[in-house]
Amino acid sequence: MALSQQDISREIAERAEAAAAADATAAADTERLRHHPARDYAPYRSSLLRHPKQPLVTVRDPEAVELSGPVFGVSDVTELDADLTRQHLGEPLGERITVTGRILDRDGRPVRGQLVEIWQANASGRYLHQRDQHPAPLDANFTGVGRCLTDGEGGYRFTTIKPGAYPWRNHTNAWRPAHIHFSLFGTAFAQRLITQMYFPGDPLFPYDPILQSVTDAAARNRLVAAYEHELSAAEWSLGYRWDIVLDGPAATWTEEGR
Amino acid sequence: MHPTPSQTVGPFYGYALPFPQGGQIAPAGHDGALTVHGHVRDGAGEPVPDALLEIWQPAPDGSRAGAPGSLRRDGLTFTGFGRVSTGPDGRYVLRTLPPGGVPYLSVCVFARGLLHHLFTRVYLPDADLDSDALLAALESDRRSTLIAEPTAEHVYRFDIHLQGEKETVFLDFR
Repeated sequence: MALSQQDISREIAERAEAAAAADATAAADTERLRHHPARDYAPYRSSLLRHPKQPLVTVRDPEAVELSGPVFGVSDVTELDADLTRQHLGEPLGERITVTGRILDRDGRPVRGQLVEIWQANASGRYLHQRDQHPAPLDANFTGVGRCLTDGEGGYRFTTIKPGAYPWRNHTNAWRPAHIHFSLFGTAFAQRLITQMYFPGDPLFPYDPILQSVTDAAARNRLVAAYEHELSAAEWSLGYRWDIVLDGPAATWTEEGR
Repeated sequence: MHPTPSQTVGPFYGYALPFPQGGQIAPAGHDGALTVHGHVRDGAGEPVPDALLEIWQPAPDGSRAGAPGSLRRDGLTFTGFGRVSTGPDGRYVLRTLPPGGVPYLSVCVFARGLLHHLFTRVYLPDADLDSDALLAALESDRRSTLIAEPTAEHVYRFDIHLQGEKETVFLDFR
């Protein structure tokens, strides 16, 4: 029998309680667990068979290849890639939004000239993907994929449509809060991050095991963009700001001007 | 500053992240190219049809500078970066050039259900692996999960087990 939202919510509460108890005795080594989700997070059922049970092996080698990273340049993106509302002949349906922010490393240094990729559902909560078969309409004028390179201050900027919530099959009546997927590179392969940006005030937050897998409330809040009225454009779009901080080893080195 | 938390790649990345020739890291017409292939499997031994692998490595001359042009490849430039998704049977194939200076390719694994991606390495068995610090620190059964198996000339098999008896060694960089 499929699990109910009550079952999942109970598991989410248990995990949050366990995390709070662990926090009380936290050593420096567990600090990362407060920022990133555990890989074995049972309320998210797909994680059960897909998380390693052996501890990760720590590599402390400042010369490691993983401390440099792939390079992207203007040949990897086009001007139109960052405006998801102009990739087709007509205007997509929904609430047009501007999403902007800065990519920084842990020392607050801007991450320049790096690739930011996004993908998302349309305004009705449907992905343009063959395996998304729930009965919400596709939008012939919206693909939901964008790319850009960060500028000299580490800034990125996309014009898109606010995505809708959509059902998924984790448990009965499971609905994901609206979100935009982000794929980010830093200056090191070890800084690689895939994450999701959420919208402020979404009533689905407490019910979503993927968002709640981040058990530290402050860390979870860092996944939520801020509505910024100054960013909204008259008769045109609503503005959201979301800054991203890439993790990575302390030895990660940023080349000037890159 | 506090890092932004990781969140799973999700089931529908398939039309967003993969790009044409993403697994063809080796430029066209290169004699020294090698092929790496294998399956990604879960804790029940079942294939993972929705995994995404990224590969990053030095050029054959040891250069780690990389080059732009991975997403829109010109077919001639070696960029050192590849991205390949597994097929319905959990299988992936990539073609690349031998890495210079190190005996391995760096790999990052993403998948639905994997809330935080995983790093590992594919060691190529014809290199001198005895002097490698990471391999030397591992017990032999775990060590073997990082070493590709030759299946033909210039062809290597490397399976990734996310969990289970043959669980791959995954890495944490500090």
